[in-house]
Amino acid sequence: MTSLPAQPTPKRLGLVIDLDICVGCHACAVNCKEWNTGGYHAPLTDIKPYDSDPSGVWFNRIHTFEVGLGADSRVVHFPKSCLHCDDAPCVTVCPTGASYKRSDDGIVLVDENMCIGCKLCSWACPYGAREYDGDAGVMKKCTLCIDRIYNENLEEVARVPACVSTCPASARHFGDFNDPKSDVSKLTAERGGFDLMPEQECKPTNKYLPPRPRRDRAEDSPAPIALPKAEGGFLAWVDDLLSR
Amino acid sequence: MHPAYSVIFFTTATGAGYGLLTLLGILAAFGTLPVDRGFAVTSVGIAFVLIVGGLLSSTFHLGHPERAWRALTQWRSSWLSREGVLAILTFGPTGLFALGWVVFEDIGGIYAVAGVLGAIACMATVYTTSMIYASLRTVRAWNDPWVTPVYLVLSLATGALLASGLASLFGVALQLENIALVLLVLATFAKLSYWRSIDRRSSESTAESATGLGHLGKVRLLDPPHTGTNYLMSEMGYQIARKHAIKLRRVAFALGILIPFVLTLAAMFLAGLLPVIAAVLAVLSAAVGVLVERWLFFAEAKHVVTLYYGASEA
Repeated sequence: MTSLPAQPTPKRLGLVIDLDICVGCHACAVNCKEWNTGGYHAPLTDIKPYDSDPSGVWFNRIHTFEVGLGADSRVVHFPKSCLHCDDAPCVTVCPTGASYKRSDDGIVLVDENMCIGCKLCSWACPYGAREYDGDAGVMKKCTLCIDRIYNENLEEVARVPACVSTCPASARHFGDFNDPKSDVSKLTAERGGFDLMPEQECKPTNKYLPPRPRRDRAEDSPAPIALPKAEGGFLAWVDDLLSR
Repeated sequence: MHPAYSVIFFTTATGAGYGLLTLLGILAAFGTLPVDRGFAVTSVGIAFVLIVGGLLSSTFHLGHPERAWRALTQWRSSWLSREGVLAILTFGPTGLFALGWVVFEDIGGIYAVAGVLGAIACMATVYTTSMIYASLRTVRAWNDPWVTPVYLVLSLATGALLASGLASLFGVALQLENIALVLLVLATFAKLSYWRSIDRRSSESTAESATGLGHLGKVRLLDPPHTGTNYLMSEMGYQIARKHAIKLRRVAFALGILIPFVLTLAAMFLAGLLPVIAAVLAVLSAAVGVLVERWLFFAEAKHVVTLYYGASEA
């Protein structure tokens, strides 16, 4: 059924992505590809992987933007995966019921066995979260690592999406946005987490944390500490000499 | 947006077919549809070939055409599903109308009712086709109030040209030329309004809103996620037509509307074989023109996901 859940979902699982500390290493994208090519949507097909024009299915891509001009410009690394929207247009446009939003935790999934590969869901998504697998003839997308987060064969600490577990800078956080005590809720509240393209009215679950103010100018740094001065004698003469 | 040929053929062919059946059904209700078996077989045959061919063609772009029946299940939420359901339901009344007209040479009673119901179903199907595009907020050029009027009026106009052409080939008096001219005028108004609307409306989404970084300044792409291309870029980032957009709009308008209008008008004042030639040329010109128009409808449309791939507005 491609109507959205009638009631608000009891849990709203999603990610917080911190644009302040993402270093743009692409490790989350690589680990996502690594896990998911053996997971729910396996394989994440690569077309002509060893040719001059390789392409393939990725659920997570890292864009790098330059923001501002001149001395005020800054580089922001911008990881982007499915935002598991509350009002997911990719779900309602699906003609077959292959695309659905889980009523218990809000995760948006594709049932590959029902997908006819019409691509309409990828047209409806503003964020480019859905990527068509031309080899399998079906649409694929981020599952929020549904096969990790509920996987009791993994240690509890590993029951987070692959992108979150691998981030060396801890720029990605996973949790339930309906729980005000969760890390993701607290981070969103403290740091002013925001929605991407709110004007598209998809009500994305995932939130992005803005870069903190710059601190790379002289006036941003504390004043140099004045060192004690040697008094009298030979050491004072050397101190004087070296201080010139 | 990438213009898939199967979808372009589908929307234009079914549009003409449904437009033709709509007009025939309405003429039957008014009792002015000539009962001529050759004309009836040919026009109903062409309408159904266009519709069935278009529907089959639309399944060619699917990854799994054998599962296409599943698309009939989600009519509660999906315009694509509604289109599939209506397309199939439409065969009921239009089939009955065709049976009466072609086999029993009867356009009264139940067949007239079937003709009217079929006409309504045909237009409803074209409406759902247009809503597949018009309902997508992600594509500004599609999420426009003029998309649906353009689809409906072009469907009727191409149907009227087809009907006039066939009538003049078979030498039957259909008196559809006036209606065809009016529809072409309406098509001009709708299409020009559409183009003016998409040119004027400023973009709601920008690179700044897509990244949420606008408060820090102008946002531009420094590095794409990968050095190569990907599905999103080839499907949504189609750019070839944009530099020729103005010329292609003129081509679409001239071939699709202006030349058929002049030829149809001329046919009304010509005698002998000339009106037949003019009417057939009008159909051929409109066919090419509408194909260009529909190609441009896709190729000119810009998707907001391009904001993540270097576009500053979409």
